[in-house]
Amino acid sequence: MAAIFQGVGAAAPLSSSLSNSFDSNKSVFSPRRSFSVRKRASFAVVRSDGIVNLNPNGRSAQRLVSNAVATKADGPAASSSSKPGHELLLFEALQEGLEEEMERDPRVCVMGEDVGHYGGSYKVTKGLAKRFGDLRVLDTPIAENSFTGMGIGAAMTGLRPVIEGMNMGFLLLAFNQISNNCGMLHYTSGGQFTIPVVIRGPGGVGRQLGAEHSQRLESYFQSIPGIQMVACSTPYNAKGLMKAAIRSENPVILFEHVLLYNLKERIPDEDYICNLEEAEMVRPGEHVTILTYSRMRYHVMQAAKTLVNKGYDPEVIDIRSLKPFDLHTIGNSVKKTHRVLIVEECMRTGGIGASLTAAITENFNDYLDAPIMCLSSQDVPTPYAGTLEEVTVVQPAQIVTAVEQLCQ
Amino acid sequence: MPTLLSAWFNSHQPNLHPPSFYSLSLFRSSHPPPSPNPTLAMALSRFASSSRSGSLLKPLSSAISLRRPISTDTTPITLETSVPFTAHQCEAPSRTVQTSANELLTFFRDMALMRRMEIAADSLYKAKLIRGFCHLYDGQEAVAVGMEAALTKKDCIITAYRDHCTFMARGGTLLEVFAELMGRQAGCSRGKGGSMHFYKKDSNFYGGHGIVGAQVPLGCGLAFAQKYSKDEAVTFALYGDGAANQGQLFEALNISALWDLPAILVCENNHYGMGTAEWRAAKSPAYYKRGDYSPGLKVDGMDVLAVKQACTFAKEHALKNGPIILEMDTYRYHGHSMSDPGSTYRTRDEITGVRQERDPIERIRKLILSHDLATEKELKDIEKEVRKEVDDAIAQAKENPVPESSELFTNVYAKGLGVESFGADRKEVRATLP
Repeated sequence: MAAIFQGVGAAAPLSSSLSNSFDSNKSVFSPRRSFSVRKRASFAVVRSDGIVNLNPNGRSAQRLVSNAVATKADGPAASSSSKPGHELLLFEALQEGLEEEMERDPRVCVMGEDVGHYGGSYKVTKGLAKRFGDLRVLDTPIAENSFTGMGIGAAMTGLRPVIEGMNMGFLLLAFNQISNNCGMLHYTSGGQFTIPVVIRGPGGVGRQLGAEHSQRLESYFQSIPGIQMVACSTPYNAKGLMKAAIRSENPVILFEHVLLYNLKERIPDEDYICNLEEAEMVRPGEHVTILTYSRMRYHVMQAAKTLVNKGYDPEVIDIRSLKPFDLHTIGNSVKKTHRVLIVEECMRTGGIGASLTAAITENFNDYLDAPIMCLSSQDVPTPYAGTLEEVTVVQPAQIVTAVEQLCQ
Repeated sequence: MPTLLSAWFNSHQPNLHPPSFYSLSLFRSSHPPPSPNPTLAMALSRFASSSRSGSLLKPLSSAISLRRPISTDTTPITLETSVPFTAHQCEAPSRTVQTSANELLTFFRDMALMRRMEIAADSLYKAKLIRGFCHLYDGQEAVAVGMEAALTKKDCIITAYRDHCTFMARGGTLLEVFAELMGRQAGCSRGKGGSMHFYKKDSNFYGGHGIVGAQVPLGCGLAFAQKYSKDEAVTFALYGDGAANQGQLFEALNISALWDLPAILVCENNHYGMGTAEWRAAKSPAYYKRGDYSPGLKVDGMDVLAVKQACTFAKEHALKNGPIILEMDTYRYHGHSMSDPGSTYRTRDEITGVRQERDPIERIRKLILSHDLATEKELKDIEKEVRKEVDDAIAQAKENPVPESSELFTNVYAKGLGVESFGADRKEVRATLP
C-alpha cells in the first residue's frame, strides 16, 4: 500500500535549471511570485515499493514544464554538463525505464507487434531485442486478443510481461482478456493469483491519423475492477510510472500519447519511481483548480500563460492516476480554490471527466463555489481534416474562456 | 498366512461366522465364487464356539484383506484400448497400455467420486443451494482422471467452466468444491468465484473460466512461462467443441507453434455446444485436424486408459516439437448447465444409449471384474464409501459460514489499493456497505 503523507499545498519551487528546454524569457511565472511563502512542512512520500523519499523537492523541481505544446526543443540549450541528470526525449525515457526494469528483474519480458527486431513503432523498445534476446522481447503476430491473453496467462505463473498495443485502439480487440481475465482473476481466485502485467501503448488524437487511430480508451477501461490506469505526460513521469507499473503486483494500463513522444526533459540519473496513485502538482495557484492529464496538460499550461497575463492564478494538477483518482491531492486543491475545471481529451460521454466530476461532487460538494466545468473532446469520431480535428479536442482558447466563466 | 494365524491365535478367540468369512476371496482365481482354503477353515472352526463379540471379526477380515495383493498391487497388466487412435500429422501411439490393479481401482474410485459429486451438485442446485450457472461433468470423468494420471503437479491444466472434476483431479477437496458452489468461506476461491471459477495454484490448476475460448490464450501463456523458466513441464489447455470455433484459439495456436511452446490443446468434444450440435456449428468437425500445421490426435474420451496413453504421448511430443491438439471424443449426460434440460436438442435414447455402451465407470468396472481384481461387493462398497464422503462434505459445507461483508472489497487489488483503504482524506474507508 502506498501511503502518502502530504502537507497541504505542495510547494514547488521554480528552479532556473528548467530553462534548458525553453527560452526562460517565456517563463510562465512572474518573478515576483515567491514560492517560499507557501512552503509547508516537507512531506515524506512512501512509495509502493517501500522506498521513502525524503527529498521530494529535488524531483519536483524537474516537474514544471511550461512548454505548453509538444514541440521539439527550441531555444538555447543551457549548458548541460554542469547540471545533474541527463536530457532525453519521452520515448527514450520510457525505453530507459523498461530497460532498467528488465535488467533488474529477469521475469520482465515485453510482447507486442514489431517490438523486437523492428525496435518498436515508436522506438520505445529500440535496442532491447538485441540486448535481451528473442525470448524476452517477443515479436507477436497481429493477434491482440491472444497475445494479451498469453501475457496474462504468463503473469499468472509469476512472469511480468509488458504488453504493448501498437496503438491503444487495437487493444479493443483484447477487451475480453483485459476485462475478464486481467482485472478479475485476482478476485475470482480468492487471491491466489496476481496478474502483474503492464499494458501500454500510445493513444489519443494525433496529427490527422483518422478516426480509428485516434481513440482514447481510458473511458472504456475505467470501470473494469481490479486494474489501475495511469497516464504519463513528461519524460520524468513516463520513466517513473513505467518502472512503478512494472514493479506493481496489480495489472496497470499505462496510457501514452502519440504526440508527446518527442518531449525533451532533463531527468535524474539515479533510480526513481513515481507513485502510481499520485497526482502531480504542475502549477500551484489560488483561484481555480484545473485537473488534466496527458496531452491536455500542455494545452492547459499554454492557457495558463494567457490566464496569468489576465490576472488569474490557476492551480494546475496533472492527475496522472486515472484509476484510482488521487482524491487527496485533488481534494486539498478544491478546498483551497473552490472552483474546478476539468480538461481532458476523452469523449464527453462516460469519460474520465465525467467520473471525476462525480467523485469530486460526492466528496467535496461543500467546498465548491461553482458547478464543476468539464471540457472534453466532442462525441464524434475524429475526422481526418486538420481543421475539423483541431475542433474535436479542447484548445487553449476554450480553456481560457472556461476559466473566465468559472471565476466570475 | 501361518504367521498371521499364530499371532491371531495367541490373542483372540473370535466368534466366527464361516459364511461371511468365505465371502472374502483369499486367492486370485478366475472362477467365481472363490473356493475357501480348507486348512484355514479347519483351524478357525476350532474356535467357533468362543463367546467373544463379533466386532473382533473386523480385525480379522481387515488383517486378511491386507494380505490380499489386490488394491495395492502394482504388477503391470497389459490391455488394449477398444478404439484405435486417429492421428493427423504424427504417428499415433500404440493401443497397448500398461496399467495395474492399483491404478484401475484408483481410477474407479476417482471417477465414482466425481460422478457422485456431480449428481449431488444437481440435487443441491434443485434445492436452490447452488445458484447461477452450474455446468456438470458427469459422463466426461475419464478425461479428467486419465489426464491427471499422465501428468505431474508441475504440469499446468487450464479449462473452461466445466471444471469441478478437473479441480478434484488436481487435488481439490470435496469441501472446497461444495463450499465454493454454495458460496461459503471454505470454498477454493473463498466463495467469490462460484462454479465457473475454481483455481488451485499450488497444484498448477489455473481454472475455471466463464468466457468460452478465452482460456486457450491464457493456457498458451502458461506454456510460454514454462518455456521461459525452462520448467520441462507442459500445459494442457482444455476447451469444448463449441469453443473450437473461436478465433483466439487459432491465434494462440499460431503463436505457440511459432515460438515452440509446450502447449497441448485438448478439445473435449461432447458433440454439443449448449444446444447446438457439432454438425450445425462446425464446417469441419474433425477438431484434431484443425491445427493444420500442428499435429493432432483423436482419442476415445470415455476410455480412461486411452486418455492416459494419449496424454503421455502428447506431453512427450510437446516438450520436443511444440503444440499438439488432442480431441477427446466424450459425452455429457446432463444438459449444458442446470438450466438446460439437455433433451430438447437430443433424444433421451441417445443419452441412455451412450450410458449403456460407453460409460467410463462401467467400463472400468467390467475391466476390474473380468480381470478379477476385486469383487462386485467391493466395488459397491467403494461406491457407498464415496457416497458417504460426498454426503459428509455437503453437510460440512452447509455448516460453513458465508463470507464476511468486508470480503467484498478484498482481493480487488493486491495490497488492497484504491477501494478499501483510501478515503478522500486518506484516513477512512471510503466504501460503505449497505
